[in-house]
Amino acid sequence: MITIEDLSFRYSDTSFGLRVPEFTLQDGERVAIVGPSGSGKTTLLNLIAGILPPQAGRIDVAGTDVAHLSDVARRQFRASTIGFVFQDFALLDYLSPRQNILYPYRITPALTLNAEARDRAEALAAACGSGDKLDRHPTALSQGEQQRVAICRALVTRPKLILSDEATGNLDPDSKARILDLLFEQATEAGAAVLAVTHDHELLPRFERVLDFAQFRHGSPA
Amino acid sequence: MNALYLAFAYLRYHWARSLILTLVAALILFVPIATQILLSSSERALVARGEATPLLLGSRGSQLDLTMAALYFSDERPDPVPMREVEAVWDSGLAIPIPVHTAFSSNGFRIVGTTLDYFEFRTLMPAAGRGLSLLGDAVIGADVAATLGKGVGDTLVSSPENLFDLDGVYPLEMPIVGVLAPTNSPDDQAIFVDIKTAWVIQGIGHGHEDVVTADEVAAGSAAVANAAVVQYQRITPDNLDSFHFHGSQDDFPPSAVILVPNDTRSATILRGRYLDTEGPPQLVEPAGVIQGLVDRIFRIKALLDVVTAIIAIAALAAIGLAVFLSYRLRAREIATAGKLGARRGMVLRLLSAETFTLLLISACIAAVGALIVSRNAEVWVGWLLALGS
Repeated sequence: MITIEDLSFRYSDTSFGLRVPEFTLQDGERVAIVGPSGSGKTTLLNLIAGILPPQAGRIDVAGTDVAHLSDVARRQFRASTIGFVFQDFALLDYLSPRQNILYPYRITPALTLNAEARDRAEALAAACGSGDKLDRHPTALSQGEQQRVAICRALVTRPKLILSDEATGNLDPDSKARILDLLFEQATEAGAAVLAVTHDHELLPRFERVLDFAQFRHGSPA
Repeated sequence: MNALYLAFAYLRYHWARSLILTLVAALILFVPIATQILLSSSERALVARGEATPLLLGSRGSQLDLTMAALYFSDERPDPVPMREVEAVWDSGLAIPIPVHTAFSSNGFRIVGTTLDYFEFRTLMPAAGRGLSLLGDAVIGADVAATLGKGVGDTLVSSPENLFDLDGVYPLEMPIVGVLAPTNSPDDQAIFVDIKTAWVIQGIGHGHEDVVTADEVAAGSAAVANAAVVQYQRITPDNLDSFHFHGSQDDFPPSAVILVPNDTRSATILRGRYLDTEGPPQLVEPAGVIQGLVDRIFRIKALLDVVTAIIAIAALAAIGLAVFLSYRLRAREIATAGKLGARRGMVLRLLSAETFTLLLISACIAAVGALIVSRNAEVWVGWLLALGS
C-alpha cells in the first residue's frame, strides 16, 4: 500500500527535518507510529497524504507516486484514496452527523454524491452504532459518538488507506479501545490499511506492527 | 450546488448572525433605492401639480408661499388678494379665475373656499353624495373622510382661529354633502366649501335673528356674547336667507386666484398686465416656482447621497469585517476541507457562496421593499406633501 524510499523533508522556516530511508505498509496492514511529540509523526502522515511535498525521495501510495503529482492531482488522489481520522474529530457544527459523513462528497469533484454513497453512509453509521443519531447536531453527541461519526466520514469514500492522527487522544480510556477496534473492524471490512499515530502505548498490542519514529528525526522539533 | 448547500446550511445554523448581516445589507441596498423612488415620485407629483396650474394670482410677497398655499394648501398664509382682481380677470375675458381661500381649517385639515370651477378644473368627482350647492355645504377629500371616519350626512366644525377673537372667527358647523374620489393629490386632504362659506367662517358674512329686545335678553330667551342678537353657528334651510355679507364683495379676500387662460396669447397678455413690480398683485407661474423648489430639494438630495454613501461604505466595511472574522473562525474547517481533498477553489467557492447567498437574500428583501415603496409611492408622496398643510 505504501512504499517510501529515501524520503527527506525540511520545513523552510525551521531546522526541523525528517529523513525516512525506507518504509512500507502492506495492503490491509495495521501499523502504529509512536514517538515523542515533535518527532514528525504528523508530518509523515501529511507527506503520505500529499498535503506536504517532500524535498526528495519517493512516496508511493496504492501505486501512485504522490510526490510527483500536481497540487490538483494530489487533492483528488487524497479525496479518493485516503480517509482521515483526526484527534479533534473535525466535525462541522452546522451539519448533522449524516451530512458530516457525506462532507467529502460536498467539497471535491473527485467524488460523486449519489444514492449509493448515501446508503453507504447510513450502513456505516448503523455498523458504528450511530444509526439513530444521524440527524442530531454534532454538539448533541458525546466525544465517543463524534469520533464514530468521524470514522464513518473517513470510510464512506471506500479509501484504500486510513490515516489516523491520534484518533483516540481525546477519548476516555474505555472509549479508546472500543473506537480503535471499531476503526480496525470497519477498515478490515473495507479492505483498507491503517496507519495510526498514537501516544496510547496500551493500545499498541492491537496493531500488527509498531514503528518508533524517533529514529527518523533530524534537528530540533518544529 | 454543493457549495450553495454548505453555505445555506452554515447560514441557517448561524441564523442570528446571518439575519443581522442580511438585514444590514438589505437596508444598505434599500434606503438609497427607496429614497430615489420617493424623491422621483415627489418630483413628479410636485411638478405635475405645478404644470397643471397655468397661472396663479396673489398678493405680492413670497412666490413659494403663494404657490404652496394655493396648490398644496400648506400652512403658509399669504396676504389675501381682493376679489376685485377676480372680477378684473373675468372682465378681461382672457382667463377663468378660480379663487381659493385657504385661511381656515377643521380637525387638522385645510378648509378650501372656492368656486365650482375648481372641481371642473381639477376634474374632482364625488365618490359619494353631491357637489357644493348651498351656503355652508362641505365636500371632503378621500383622506379626510378616511381619517376622520366621516361621510355624507355627518358634519364638520371649523376650528376657531383665536380663542379670544370675540368679533372674529367663530366655529361654523358644516354638513358634509359629498366625498371626493381619491386623486393622490393635496385635494384628498382638503375640505372644500363655497368661498362664501369661507367668508362666513371669517366673520365677513353671518346670519342672525331679528334684533331682540332687552326684556327678552333679561328673560334669558337669548344669550349671545357679542350683541343682543342670536348669531347662527350653523347654516340650515330655515336660516339660510338670514345670512348676508357686510361691505363690498370687491374687497373680500381669497388667498389666491388660479387663472386658467383661454390660450397662450391670453396667458401672455395676462403676464404682461402683472409685470409692474410696484402693483399689489403678482402673477406667478407655479411650474417655474415648483421647479425651483425641486431643484433645491435635489441639491439637498445630492448632499444626502454623499452622507448615504459614507454610511453605506462604513456599514459595508463592518459587514466585511464580520465576514472576515467569521472566515478566521472557520480556519480549522477550511484546513480540514483541504486535508480531505478540497481544491483551493472549493474553499473560495464555499466562502463566495455564503457571501453570495447573503447578498442575494438581502437583494431580494431590498427589491421587495422597493416594490412596495414603488407601488405606494404616489399615495405616500401625496401624504408627505400634505404633511405641511
